[in-house]
Amino acid sequence: METISSYMSSDHHRCDNLFAQAESAASDEDWGAMATDLQAFLDAMHQHFAMEEDVLFPAFEERTGMSMGPTQVMKMEHRQMRELFDAMVAALQQRNRDEFLGQAETLLVMMQQHNMKEEQILYQMADRMLSGEIEDVLQRMRAAAA
Amino acid sequence: MSLQPGLSFDQAPPILVPFRFFLSAPLFGLLAALLALWFGPALLDSRWQPAVLAWTHLMTLGFLGMAMVGAMMQLLPVMAASPVAHPVGVARTVHGLLLPGVILLVLGFLLASHWPMRLAMALLGTGFLVFVAAVGESLKRASSANPTVVGMRFAVIGLVVTAALGLTLASNYGWGWWLTDRVTVTNLHLSWGFLGWVGMLVIAVSYQVVPMFQLTPAYPKMAARWLTGALFMLLLLWSATRLLPEEMRDKGWLAIGLLAAAGYAGYAITTLRLQLQRRRKQSDVTLLFWRFGMVCLLLALAAGVMRQAMPLLVDIQGNNFALAFLFIAGFAVSVVNGMLYKIVPFLIWFHLQSRLIGVAKVPNMKQIMPDAGMRRQMWLHFAAVPVLVFAALWPPLIYPAALLFGASMVLLEWNLISAYNVYRRNIKLVS
Repeated sequence: METISSYMSSDHHRCDNLFAQAESAASDEDWGAMATDLQAFLDAMHQHFAMEEDVLFPAFEERTGMSMGPTQVMKMEHRQMRELFDAMVAALQQRNRDEFLGQAETLLVMMQQHNMKEEQILYQMADRMLSGEIEDVLQRMRAAAA
Repeated sequence: MSLQPGLSFDQAPPILVPFRFFLSAPLFGLLAALLALWFGPALLDSRWQPAVLAWTHLMTLGFLGMAMVGAMMQLLPVMAASPVAHPVGVARTVHGLLLPGVILLVLGFLLASHWPMRLAMALLGTGFLVFVAAVGESLKRASSANPTVVGMRFAVIGLVVTAALGLTLASNYGWGWWLTDRVTVTNLHLSWGFLGWVGMLVIAVSYQVVPMFQLTPAYPKMAARWLTGALFMLLLLWSATRLLPEEMRDKGWLAIGLLAAAGYAGYAITTLRLQLQRRRKQSDVTLLFWRFGMVCLLLALAAGVMRQAMPLLVDIQGNNFALAFLFIAGFAVSVVNGMLYKIVPFLIWFHLQSRLIGVAKVPNMKQIMPDAGMRRQMWLHFAAVPVLVFAALWPPLIYPAALLFGASMVLLEWNLISAYNVYRRNIKLVS
C-alpha cells in the first residue's frame, strides 16, 4: 500500500535525478540543455512544495494542532531553497557557470538535509497521524501537483 | 517543539559549537608532523617508544577526537533528529577539558613525568564523561529504527571502552606501576579505538552522508541494519578470547579477527561500489577523500589480517607502523577531512543565510570554501599518506612524509580559518 512516506520519498528521488541532470549540463557548459534541465528540476520542486504546503502540512497541522512545529521549520527551509532557485536562475541568465555550480552545490546540501528530516521524521509522523485519510491526502496531493 | 520524545526540528546549534573543535583539529595534526620531524627515523624503531605514543595520541585524540566530537554535536540534530541538550555549555566544557588534556598527555609521555599524566587523566576522563553523557542522552531519545542512531550508540560504547582502557594504561605512567599484561591491554585499547569508536562512527555516519552528497543509491537495508551490531559483537568476542586457555586463544583470535575484517572490508567495498553508481556526475574533493580513505581502510585490513595470520610479522615493526599509518592517516583522517569540506562551508552558508536574508547577497558554498584551496590540500594529503606508509618500511622517508603531512595540515587550517573569516566579515553587516 502506498504511504505518504513512500510516495513523497520517491518524489524526492525524482527531484534529485533532475537536479543531477541540470548540474551535469552546467559542468559541460551546455547552456541550452542547462536552461531546459533547470526548468524541469524547478517545476518538479515547485510541484513538490505545493503538495506539502497546500495539502500535507495543513492536514498535519489540523490533525496535530501544531502549526508552529515541524511544518513551520520545513516551510522556512522551503523559503531558503527558493532563494537558491532564484540565485541559480540568475546565474544561468548571466551565463556564470561557477556561480551556478556554487549555488547548485549549496542547494544540494540544503535539500538533502531537509529531505532527511522529512523522510525520517515528518512523513512517518504524518503516516501515523493521518492513518485514516492517507488515500484522500495522496489524492489531493496528486491534484495539487498537476 | 516535539510530539514525541526524540523528535525535534530545532535549528542547528550556534556556529561555534562545532567550529571550536574543527578549528583546533588540524593544529594537533601539525604538532604530530613536527614531532615526527623532531624524532626522525628513530620514531620508527619500536611502537612502544613514548614518542610513538605521543604521535598516535596527537593524531587520534587531537585531530580525530576534536573533529569527531564537533561533528557529532552538529550532526545529531539532523541525522538522529535529536539535538544535544545545552550544546553551548557542553561544547565549551568538553573542548576546554580535552584540549589541554591531550597536550598534557603528550607531555606526560615525552617527559616520562607523573604529574602531567595525572592531570591529563583527570581532564580527558572528565571531558569524555561530559561528552558521552550529553551525546548518550540524545541518542537514547533518538529512534532505534534509524541504523545511523544504532551505529552511533555502538560507537559511543566503543569510545567508553577505549577511554577506560586508555585511562588504565595511562595510570601506569601516572603512578609508575606496571600492568603484567600490558601488551594485551594496549592491543585491546587500540582495537576498540580503531574499530569500536572511529570505524563504527564512520560507518554510522556514512549511511546518510554517502547517498546524500553524491546522490548514490542507499546502502542495502539489511546490511545497514545489522552490520554495526555484528561488528560490535565480534569485537566483544574478540576481546573475550584473551580469557581462553592458551591453545584455543590464537585460533579464536584469528577466526573472529578474520570475520571482523571481512565485515569492515564488505563495508568499504560497498561504499566504493555505491560511489561508482552515483547519479551526480561531478567528482568533488569530498568524494575523492572518501574513496582514498576506503582504499586505505582495505589496505589496513589486509595488513592487519597478515599480521594475525603470520605471527612472525608481529615482531616486525614496519608492519605495525604501516597498519597504523594506513588506518589513522589514510582512512580516518581522509574521511574526516572530506567531511569537513562539506560541513564547514554549508554551516557558514546556513548561519549567514538566515541572518543576511534581505540585507546582502549570501556567498555560496564554493565562494566560502574555494575548490582550488581544497584541491591543493587534498593532493598534499594524498602524497603524504603513501610516503608515510613507505617510511614504515624505510624510516628515512619519515622526513618527507612529515613535511608533506605538516604542510597539508597547515593548508587545512588555513582553508578552515579563511572560510570562518568569510562568516565573520559577513555577519558584521547585520550586527
